[in-house]
Amino acid sequence: MTAAAESTLNSETFLPRDGLQKLISHLSGDGFTVIGPKVDQGAIVYDEIENADELPRGWTDRQEPGRYRLERREDDAYFGFVVGPHSWKRFLFPPRATVATADRTENGWEMATPDEPAPRYAFLGVRACEIAAMKIQDRIFTGGSYVDPVYQRRRESAFIIAVNCTTAAATCFCVSMNTGPRCGSGFDLALTEIAEGFVIEVGSDAGSELLARLPVTPATDEQLSHADDERQQAVNQIQRTLNTDGIRDLLLNNLEHPQWSDVAKRCLSCTNCTMVCPTCFCSTVTEVSDLTGDHVERQRQWDSCFNIDFSYMNGGIVRDDVRSRYRQWLTHKLASWHDQFDSSGCVGCGRCITWCPTGIDLTAEVAAIRNAPRAKASVATETVTPQEGSA
Amino acid sequence: MRGTPPVTACQPANPWLAYTARIHAVRDETPGVATYDLMFDDPALADGFTFRPGQFNILYLPGVGEVAISISGDPHDFSSVPHTIREAGNVTHALARMREGETIGVRGPFGSSWPVDECRGKDVLLVAGGIGLAPLRPAIYELLARRDQFGTLTLLYGARSPDGLLYTDEYGAWRSAGIDVQTTVDRAHTGWTGNVGVVTLLLDRLPLPRTNDTLLLTCGPEVMMWYTIQAAQRRGLPRESVYVSLERNMNCAIGLCGHCQFGPEFLCKDGPVFRYDRVASILKVDDL
Repeated sequence: MTAAAESTLNSETFLPRDGLQKLISHLSGDGFTVIGPKVDQGAIVYDEIENADELPRGWTDRQEPGRYRLERREDDAYFGFVVGPHSWKRFLFPPRATVATADRTENGWEMATPDEPAPRYAFLGVRACEIAAMKIQDRIFTGGSYVDPVYQRRRESAFIIAVNCTTAAATCFCVSMNTGPRCGSGFDLALTEIAEGFVIEVGSDAGSELLARLPVTPATDEQLSHADDERQQAVNQIQRTLNTDGIRDLLLNNLEHPQWSDVAKRCLSCTNCTMVCPTCFCSTVTEVSDLTGDHVERQRQWDSCFNIDFSYMNGGIVRDDVRSRYRQWLTHKLASWHDQFDSSGCVGCGRCITWCPTGIDLTAEVAAIRNAPRAKASVATETVTPQEGSA
Repeated sequence: MRGTPPVTACQPANPWLAYTARIHAVRDETPGVATYDLMFDDPALADGFTFRPGQFNILYLPGVGEVAISISGDPHDFSSVPHTIREAGNVTHALARMREGETIGVRGPFGSSWPVDECRGKDVLLVAGGIGLAPLRPAIYELLARRDQFGTLTLLYGARSPDGLLYTDEYGAWRSAGIDVQTTVDRAHTGWTGNVGVVTLLLDRLPLPRTNDTLLLTCGPEVMMWYTIQAAQRRGLPRESVYVSLERNMNCAIGLCGHCQFGPEFLCKDGPVFRYDRVASILKVDDL
């Protein structure tokens, strides 16, 4: 490590705007596939990038319940937007992935699991709520009795370049979920964009090593102050809140609340919220055979608790109406997730609010239940009564 | 963090990997139900596959799909691994068309198990309905193998009709080994001289002299387990002494796919066997 690099360790540095291309080039040179934000079909999505020019420079996103529009900014900031329909989950937990194979041989079926090396991703532009989402999915896919090798291999080799939010959408509520807007850990480098460039924090040795190869200078007090101002702007813009006090018990004690029927009138059960959610992890493995039927791939694809056959069993569907499916999603996300993974399943990114075609806002649904809780508790009661329609 | 750690050396590093197993024998049990004895091709697995009573395997028919099936054999018999299966969906239909010697894939064993060790010194009451006897049979074998460790053993078993009763040719041996086996059917036919009525009728007239030292293990349709537990509670059996085996849609069996969630529980790794007090409150919520 060079002397210059040592002097920048543990203190924030400054990278001029034109240094961003060098950062991308170094990552590519190191063998990473660089994934970053770009404009596609009227939205900012995450895709492979090679040039800083591909970034959504000068664009921002305006979000409301059920509404997302790109607008021109007055400046040409690279990261002057919030989050779009994509999340990094689509790279770590791909929408479609082969988890196993089977081949017919003279001696019967032989099963195997794919062993090709996982792609090495560098993620550019990871927001604080999205780092929180990765930490949540880490617990799901690698923290339990069984480890998912598809996720694990992608996650272990991923290089994370975080970007602190300098603006917030009307749908953001990361402050309520204690996940943002500032990135605290879980990154290799964290950038705060200011007018003349980027103020950079180092989060790992790998980040430090990369930084040493970039044209950085120690950040001046003025630059640090500008970065503070930019980050504070995002904090000031966050208006939406979710009261999480006792939220697990609140929801689990109100499983028969009339609000579930109310939201069911508005919910289309379209699965959008689960597809855009950075933590939703439900999937189904399906058989994909070649024409001979002798080679079979077991393909895992994203599924959703809003799909009607998701709970199909023994000729019946357990959650046969929208009420029970929305209740499953929300109580899992905000309540039983705590039992399962010791945290909320929500990071406050607001995607489910923005991308809901009817603009259902989970913070409003929780508030409705909180404002009119029902004493008729479901979890706390001891009495045993037969289920409706039994016998 | 919840979940039971894997218990056998047969668990591969990659939980998606299925092992090749051969259909060694197929026995018709009742209409639409047959027992498939499986043998692993890998000699190390054939000798070393162990499971605990109540656990299940994932059976895999390439090109068709997977299905979760409880292991219904003797945990101490390593000659083959029996699975008693009712034809219900596309995988079990395809399995019914397969012949001895053909191969399938197996992942497992998965899930929690019946609390056989906790039964020591206690009276044990097993209540099964229909195909629900299959996941309990390994527990019966295990209890009988260690018969002197337990008090009275009773199996109350109900089926819709006499030809729906599983494993009838074993009841004699079980009784000789020290378990009271009582059966009942919902609808009798000519020639049936046994009990007619729901299984709780058997429970209502069963002496339960030591309610604080009796464990109830039950498996069957949820409504049957409901009424069984109610009847047992009326007799003074504490809810902490009741164990149930539950069923939901299972896809991955390793807690990653989300399908089998039941309230906070993943049935595949937290269940399928639960102490009743853990799930009592969520069992009475419709459509959960």
